[in-house]
Amino acid sequence: MKIKINLDNTSSDFAKEVEKRSGIKVKECYQCGKCTAGCPVAYEMDYMPNQIIRLVQIGARREALTSRTIWLCASCITCSTRCPKEVKIAELMDVLREMALEENLANPLEKNITAFHESFLNSVKKHGRISEVWMLNEYKMKRPKTALQDLAVAPHMIAKGKLSFLPHDIKGKDAIARIFKKCKPK
Amino acid sequence: MKIGYYPGCAITKGSSSEEYGTSVMRVSKVIGPEIEEIPDWSCCGASSAHATNHKLSTALSVRNLSLAEKHEYKEILAPCPMCSQRLIISQKDVQEDAVLKREVEDAIEMPCGTKVKVSNYLEIVKNYYMDEIKQKIKKTAKGFKVACYYGCLLVRPPKVLKFDDPEDPQSMDEIVRAIGAEPIEWEFKTNCCGGGFTLSRTDVVVKLTNDILEGAEEAGAHAIAVACPMCHANLDMRQKKIEKEYKRKFNIPIVYISELIGLALGLGPIGLGLDKHFVDTKSVVDAYT
Ligand code: SF4
Ligand code: SF4
Repeated sequence: MKIKINLDNTSSDFAKEVEKRSGIKVKECYQCGKCTAGCPVAYEMDYMPNQIIRLVQIGARREALTSRTIWLCASCITCSTRCPKEVKIAELMDVLREMALEENLANPLEKNITAFHESFLNSVKKHGRISEVWMLNEYKMKRPKTALQDLAVAPHMIAKGKLSFLPHDIKGKDAIARIFKKCKPK
Repeated sequence: MKIGYYPGCAITKGSSSEEYGTSVMRVSKVIGPEIEEIPDWSCCGASSAHATNHKLSTALSVRNLSLAEKHEYKEILAPCPMCSQRLIISQKDVQEDAVLKREVEDAIEMPCGTKVKVSNYLEIVKNYYMDEIKQKIKKTAKGFKVACYYGCLLVRPPKVLKFDDPEDPQSMDEIVRAIGAEPIEWEFKTNCCGGGFTLSRTDVVVKLTNDILEGAEEAGAHAIAVACPMCHANLDMRQKKIEKEYKRKFNIPIVYISELIGLALGLGPIGLGLDKHFVDTKSVVDAYT
């Protein structure tokens, strides 16, 4: 796949910044493509995993942080496991997602994924554990279009007692709320 | 042997994959270990914290290790591989990064639990209870072909988890052999099922699980055994949707390894939660005689 990048918008600090935050040796990558060959979600990505590394290497900050790829990465760690240069690509995706959120650059086309993470974490913040029904409820309010596909499985889950309607509150839920406060992104 | 139990949100009572937790506990009553739930455990943050906020993910996980150490457990059983993977990686991260360790201690208001050993369910069974199983086995399933599906989280990253081979793991296969069934050779043991995308990108999950189910079918599997609630949900709960989307029929039961062990030990299928699956498990239950 050919991609065009406006080199005027690149900055050599980006690779350094990523390396400093994550300890990942981005420069080690020699673009063999093994990571991409084994990536289960590559078929849906806008940039292949090795291209994401390349974007970081050349300092194409915006392209990397607004990519859909970083959200589509399923964190399966196949890439890092197989990389001959031991580049931690899966971990790099973590850092790029975090930076994209901090800078408000998360690609709106993958809003389902970011909305899911938000709903999930809100449930943890509130109750200390996941309350599936509450989490689902919040997620479905945020992304109503996804509701339809799950209607098919809901009755089975309720009939088999697999969905609990009570939130799983833990005793230390205030301590959990404090953890969230202290770990707020910059 | 006494062990701290960290069920995690997905398999605790009243959750979507509670049959995994139930069957682990039932089997533990017969072969061990003696398990005690870690008091007031909280969610590890799973893929959502890990995907979006490293410090939060580490703090949410380490809090549970600290609680375990406070209650003097030397080892924790975390049957959900999302949990065990997060707990192990977070422990390593605070061991190696003094700044992060300080920040986490400030957030969780406790010293970091850096010593307690975290084990997944396959590890516990394989390390401590294979003899126990061989002694107490009541039923076998001769000729019943099981595709052992490990997924991602049990085996990767291998250097941190140090559990089994990331491309061709064997621990579940050994357990299946010990309980009188036949593990098969197949190529999808550690392929990704799409994990946490089941609600947000169901299309991705449907494609990846179709490949896995097809691989199992072609290898002649009668059932797929798993040790992960996400793998189970994606392969079992979504199987109808996959069949509809790809206009085909699989009808492959997806069972937890703990349920299979339970059947071999002569425990009743309902108590093990085998009635809670989407794909009918009768063929599995009938295979054990
Ligand atoms: S496998 Fe490693 S060296 Fe090869 S392209 Fe991917 S990151 Fe670069
Ligand atoms: S961790 Fe992400 S980028 Fe790497 S192989 Fe898995 S899905 Fe692809």
